[in-house]
Amino acid sequence: MKQQLEAIRKSALEAIEQAGASEELEVLRVKYLGKKGELTAVLKQMGKLSAEERPIIGQVANEVRSALEQAIEGARSRLAAAALEQRLVAEAIDVTIPGKEVKIGHKHPMYRALDEIKEIFVGMGFTVLDGPEVELASYNFDRLNAEEGHPSRDWSDTFYFDTDSRVMLRSQTSPMQVRAMETMSLPIRIIAPGRVYRKDEVDATHSPMFHQVEGMVIDKNVTMADLKGTLNTVMEQLFGEGTVTRFRPHHFPFTEPSCEMDVQCHKCGGKGCPTCKGEGWIEVLGAGMVHPKVLEMSGINSEEYSGWAFGMGLERLAMRRFKISDLRLIFENDVRFLEQF
Amino acid sequence: MNLSRKWLNEFVTVTADDRTFAEEMTLSGSKVEVTEDLSAEIKNVVVGKVLSMKRHENSDHMWVCMVDVGEDAPVQIVTGAQNVKEGDLVPVAKDQSLLPGGVKIEAGKLRGVLSNGMLCSFKELGLDQRDFPTAYENGIWILSDDEELTGLTIGQDICSAVGLDDHVVEFEITPNRPDCLSVIGLAREAAATFDAQLRLHEPVVKGGAEGNLVELLDVETPAADLVPRYTARMVRNVKIAPSPKWMRERLRAMGVRPINNIVDITNYVMMEYGQPMHAFDYRYVQGGKIIVRRAAEGEELTTLDGNVRKLTADHLVIADDNRAVGLAGIMGGMNSEIVDDTVDVVFESACFDGTCIRKGALSLGMRTEASAKFEKGLDPMNTLPAVNRACELVELLGAGEVVDGVIDILNFVPHPTVLQLRPDKINALLGTDVSVEEMQAILTKLQFGVEGETITVPSWRGDVVHYSDLAEEVARFHGYNNIPCTLVSGETTRGGYNEEQKMEQQLGAVCRSMGYDEIITYSFISPTYYDKIRWAADDERRESFKILNPLGEDTSIMRTTPLPSMLEILSRNYNYRNKSVRLYELARTYRMGGEDGLARELKYLTLGAYGEMDFFALKGMVNAVLDSIRAEGIRYEACTANPSYHPGRCANVYAGDVCIGVMGQIHPLVAQNYDADTELYCAELSLNALMEVQGADPIYAPLPKFPAVSRDIAVVCRNEITVGALADCIRRGAKGLLKNAALFDIYQGAGIPEGCKSVAFNLTLRADDRSITSEEADEDIKSILELLKTELGAVLR
Repeated sequence: MKQQLEAIRKSALEAIEQAGASEELEVLRVKYLGKKGELTAVLKQMGKLSAEERPIIGQVANEVRSALEQAIEGARSRLAAAALEQRLVAEAIDVTIPGKEVKIGHKHPMYRALDEIKEIFVGMGFTVLDGPEVELASYNFDRLNAEEGHPSRDWSDTFYFDTDSRVMLRSQTSPMQVRAMETMSLPIRIIAPGRVYRKDEVDATHSPMFHQVEGMVIDKNVTMADLKGTLNTVMEQLFGEGTVTRFRPHHFPFTEPSCEMDVQCHKCGGKGCPTCKGEGWIEVLGAGMVHPKVLEMSGINSEEYSGWAFGMGLERLAMRRFKISDLRLIFENDVRFLEQF
Repeated sequence: MNLSRKWLNEFVTVTADDRTFAEEMTLSGSKVEVTEDLSAEIKNVVVGKVLSMKRHENSDHMWVCMVDVGEDAPVQIVTGAQNVKEGDLVPVAKDQSLLPGGVKIEAGKLRGVLSNGMLCSFKELGLDQRDFPTAYENGIWILSDDEELTGLTIGQDICSAVGLDDHVVEFEITPNRPDCLSVIGLAREAAATFDAQLRLHEPVVKGGAEGNLVELLDVETPAADLVPRYTARMVRNVKIAPSPKWMRERLRAMGVRPINNIVDITNYVMMEYGQPMHAFDYRYVQGGKIIVRRAAEGEELTTLDGNVRKLTADHLVIADDNRAVGLAGIMGGMNSEIVDDTVDVVFESACFDGTCIRKGALSLGMRTEASAKFEKGLDPMNTLPAVNRACELVELLGAGEVVDGVIDILNFVPHPTVLQLRPDKINALLGTDVSVEEMQAILTKLQFGVEGETITVPSWRGDVVHYSDLAEEVARFHGYNNIPCTLVSGETTRGGYNEEQKMEQQLGAVCRSMGYDEIITYSFISPTYYDKIRWAADDERRESFKILNPLGEDTSIMRTTPLPSMLEILSRNYNYRNKSVRLYELARTYRMGGEDGLARELKYLTLGAYGEMDFFALKGMVNAVLDSIRAEGIRYEACTANPSYHPGRCANVYAGDVCIGVMGQIHPLVAQNYDADTELYCAELSLNALMEVQGADPIYAPLPKFPAVSRDIAVVCRNEITVGALADCIRRGAKGLLKNAALFDIYQGAGIPEGCKSVAFNLTLRADDRSITSEEADEDIKSILELLKTELGAVLR
């Protein structure tokens, strides 16, 4: 009987070894281990054995059963792994075939530059204001200390809607200084971006409509040193750490002292090159201390309060930021341009 | 404003090189645009002496000259000019020399004979007959024939020999500083900037010509309010001639063409003092009387440029007893012009009202150098020294004899401005710690009167009226870049964006996430654009803010609709052959009827697309936008009446009762007007409406605990019944278990009667508190089908 069992073990293991599919394994399992299987058949004859033989043969029989079971299990996982392997090979794809296009939209570069500026100022506690573009000359000029004869008031420079030169297209975002002083409580920290209009023919650097961002702080003890420090911080954030700036005296009717701020030319590092027209510096904005008369006209006591303000052209900034060579590209809106940003 | 550095050095010695000079002047407030070395284009050209000349062996008109150029040996130069003779001093462009216009001269052979350079004409040196009136125009410039060219040495650089050795600095002068539109004004700034000694000159006039001015000329200023000061002097026995070389050189350096001695003197004084001058021919001043008055309405005057000017009462004229002889502060009249036989000359040195001159010049379209100065408001104290300087120059040039006496009418006596220094206030404003002594020193070197803290402002500094103006003077010379950098201190503020700004940011983000690119378009359009979008001629939305002085018709009115701008950009991209385009803009429109006569500036989210786009793709996009702001009760109503849109493919968009805007395919005729041979799609959504229908912040709703039952129904109905009506009917027909009804098929054809369609919906039914039974679901379906049948005649297929 022991020989019978060994014979079963041998033939079964060989058969399992050679099985090529899980169905074959099942057939073999039934053939050897099933209720009517060969091993079972042998075991049924155990009763005929003597009491001494029975445990010995029993042990052998158990060994054979577990050996077969193990072999079937091993073969099964071997086959499963092989099948998986085959499937994975069959499913392989050419990963260099292009992906399905998901088109994402693009923010206009001018607004990208503006958003950077807004974020910087909002982070410093500034409120963002919007205001009218069709504006009263009194806000655009008079209350900003630009007197009757000021050249910017000329019809050759500014667009008007009535013969009295009362209603106009704002030529600067500065009227928002007055509107802020009129409506907000002190202290004031605002920026006011938006469209402005001047009577300039369209060319590579001019457009009758463009964008500015105005900024203003009014509080007790506000100094020109604060103006410089704040604007330097902003330029470092816009143009990178170590950006070199300088301040030059200038004139605006609504600030005194007034200045313009230059950033050292990124291309030549200040030596002078075509980008900076040989000057080594590129003008970025105009600024100054809010003129005491302007404060007084808006009912703010200039002995108690002081303020600074600046105005910056955004197209020029965006052009510098993204190295855009022609202003007309900004308003042409060719998607081949827009989708670069 | 151009400045000759040679001229500047007459008043203050500044030796800094051009770059340093430009930098320092810029930082103290006189912005330098460019500097120019007048000799930069001329290199290696010297004064040479022609030693000998012989005929060229192979030419009957050329000469072979031996020329001494100050080197060890003479050089051989071939010339074709016929006006040269042995012994002449001439300009010699040596081998490897440069002439204006990038001309390079090199040694070479002319018909086989070596020529080591070129003899030059004055034109070849970039000069003009007016610069050297006696020089021979059509040949070599014979320097030794010119009496004014003295002290020439052989081998001398030609630029120093003929006065091209100057450097010219171009300044951008801000409108508050008309005093700096003069050599003396800039000399004051330069002296303060470089801490150098200012050397001003007091004109000395000998006078003594026959008669006295008071007897010869009478001046009246009836328009006294426009003539703060009128000063005049007179010169007799004038000899009109070219002015001397030094004067011509200086004028040329400043960009002014020399004309004759008298005209040049007026220009010279204008440059030097910043005071515009005018010279009349006395014999044409009828009645010996000058009247400064407002022009009569319609009065005519031929100005020096030969144009006939028609004047109004807003113009100020210089007149005699009978007629106008000049446009005050702008340009003289032809009828009193200085001519070659002029004998007696009146010099006018006046101060006119800036605004009057500016408006007058503007209305006549003739802004001149003089008017540009007057319009900024000039120093009335400058007229007398300027006219004396002119007379002094007349005597210096021997151009005539000055009559004793001055006419000087002062209608407005200026009082000097006196200010308190307030050093603490200035330091508080600047954020600095500048000492009182430094402040006083700065103001002193700028010629302010300084007595302790009482500051007297000089007459030419009309811009200084307030302590903050003094602060600027202190800051300029203490150095803007020496002011420290600090950050804003004080009470913190919250800052940030308002609701509308947040909404705009969100809408932009949604659009971009859906593949739409942002555009920026002009706010002004042409009135014809309303025709292009087929608005009726009497459409009230055509009422637009109209610019009275537009650049052109295309930018002449403020848009009341964002549509034409979007269509223009779509069309442009289409014509650039960009295949598939999706665009958005957050655009303002401008309607009449705002506060204070201003506009109601209404914002729109405009979407535009063509290419891979159809009505339902755009509708999906509009839905996504509305979903992003949690708007509820969205519905689309067919709109056949919008003239800009396809009548069968246009919908008005609602959220509840609020109309948010319109969307659909652009009318083919409109597309045609925009040269787009394709289907264009647009949506115009009002930002105000979007703000209004924005949903509340989301609050968590528990996820369904009980299973849903799903049923498909297909109903057959007439073609004209809309899917919207069916869906609405389904919603109303349900008994409370319907959670969703989703369209999944529309079918026409075999099995469906003519004029009808089959519409299939997938219905989801569920209760929140229990599992529903099949029977319960059937009840709802039955109720839905009944309503569909009775209301819309739609029957189960």
